[in-house]
Amino acid sequence: MVPAVNVEWPIIAERIFSPGQEFWRALVTTVTIAIIAQLLGIVLGLVSALAGLSRLLPVRLLSGAYVLIVRGTPLIVQIFFIFFGANLFFGFSLFPREVAIAGLTVSGAILAGIVALAFNEGAYMSEIIRAGIQAVDPGQMEAALSVGMTRPLAMRRIVLPQAARVIVPPLGNEFNGMIKNTSLLAFIGVYEMFFDAEVHYSTTFQPVEYFLAVAFWYLVLTTIWSVVQVQIERRLNPAEQMEETGVMGRVRRLQWGRAH
Amino acid sequence: MKAACGIGVTETTVTAQGPILLARDVRKRFGANEVLKGVTLDVRRGEVVCVIGPSGSGKTTFLRCLNHLERIDGGRIEVDGALVGYRERPDGTLVEDTAREVARKRAEIGFVFQRFNLWPHLTAVENIIEAPIYVRGERRDAAIASAERLLARVGLADKRDAYPSKLSGGQQQRVAIARALAMRPKLMLFDEATSALDPETVGEVLAVMAELAAEGMTMICVTHEMGFAREAADRVVMMDDGLVIEEGPPEHFFTRPSNERTRQFLSKIL
Repeated sequence: MVPAVNVEWPIIAERIFSPGQEFWRALVTTVTIAIIAQLLGIVLGLVSALAGLSRLLPVRLLSGAYVLIVRGTPLIVQIFFIFFGANLFFGFSLFPREVAIAGLTVSGAILAGIVALAFNEGAYMSEIIRAGIQAVDPGQMEAALSVGMTRPLAMRRIVLPQAARVIVPPLGNEFNGMIKNTSLLAFIGVYEMFFDAEVHYSTTFQPVEYFLAVAFWYLVLTTIWSVVQVQIERRLNPAEQMEETGVMGRVRRLQWGRAH
Repeated sequence: MKAACGIGVTETTVTAQGPILLARDVRKRFGANEVLKGVTLDVRRGEVVCVIGPSGSGKTTFLRCLNHLERIDGGRIEVDGALVGYRERPDGTLVEDTAREVARKRAEIGFVFQRFNLWPHLTAVENIIEAPIYVRGERRDAAIASAERLLARVGLADKRDAYPSKLSGGQQQRVAIARALAMRPKLMLFDEATSALDPETVGEVLAVMAELAAEGMTMICVTHEMGFAREAADRVVMMDDGLVIEEGPPEHFFTRPSNERTRQFLSKIL
């Protein structure tokens, strides 16, 4: 059998062992975007989850519509409309070429990319956090109300710390997906890892080598993350979850630290 | 029913007159099911009232209405002269109060759950200081000091730093009682506080409750423990099918109940 493609292995080796300055910057961009978007997605997801559990119907509907639309449409379409939408429909650019934030100059595309990924992630986190809150025995909230706590206080002090145990494992999977989803930002010109591969591929017309190499790098990032994830989940092991050594213990110590 | 030391919650004094609790014609329905059909009950300061009755008679629902864990569909509930859960419009109709006011009123009413509902991510002492610190704004060291006194009084000083998962049912329930007492309530509600316990730990919880009663705490106890009702109660209230069908001192109840359904119920469980 003659292979249809003649893979030039030295190119792949070079992209793995000495990918160069541009690539490292792209990798840092990928990781930075993924972390910031994930954190914002968690915040957005928390807001949406609480809205979804609200007693007010319009608030619940708003949360439901957000989750339905975001989970039901392709991420790449969302990225497109968030980046170009304002210009297309209203004739102004929401994300100019460069934006100055806290003394840093950030490309508008990166900012739009973070917003789009966070907006998308928020819908998935909303469902995860809502499920986590609902997994906590309603008696926990009732006990908190019975000693005079208001619902928001009881949610923060009693329910959410317990929901966290249920939320963290799927959250780890979400971040794994987030790392790979950043590659879609190449579409709006963010110079992240996949864009770097595309730049090389478009000048050499050798997609196989560059795409295989960049896939390797995504695998490295997600593998590192899964090692971290295992460590985190081990700390949440039911056998020790309520002990001082567990994550809950550390979370509590942080809270007490603030209280003092 | 003797215990070595007093519970020592003496903030609620027996001196003031008038009922601490006033429940008038309380009605509650879940969908088509009318659970409370007009329950009326007055409780004096320092009085211990045991509510008995078959399951499904509305005892627990009534208790939950008293601190507004359930909204009511009719009637009114006052604790210490103020409406619980509602405020009165000038035209006399009741509207649900703001969340803050409801919470403020609930803080005056201790509630002990059948399933304890201790917070599993907090230790015994942390369960007790949580509300004093975050609801009443007490200083942490002061809250800890009084929590430790309460723990000693329910006989669990050595379990100060234990998580609920490391405590027996009876121990958890005693911590739960201490947690409720930490808010210095005017009234304590016990919802079948010993029903979920192993038989050998029922006694230790009843002992704490009896002691509390002896010290003058106003208590309403939904219970199946007839021995406790006979010993500790000033008054026994029998509920059936969403109504109070008979009430009186325990002697009357356990010797010559007048209502036929009361007689049937007591003959089954005694």
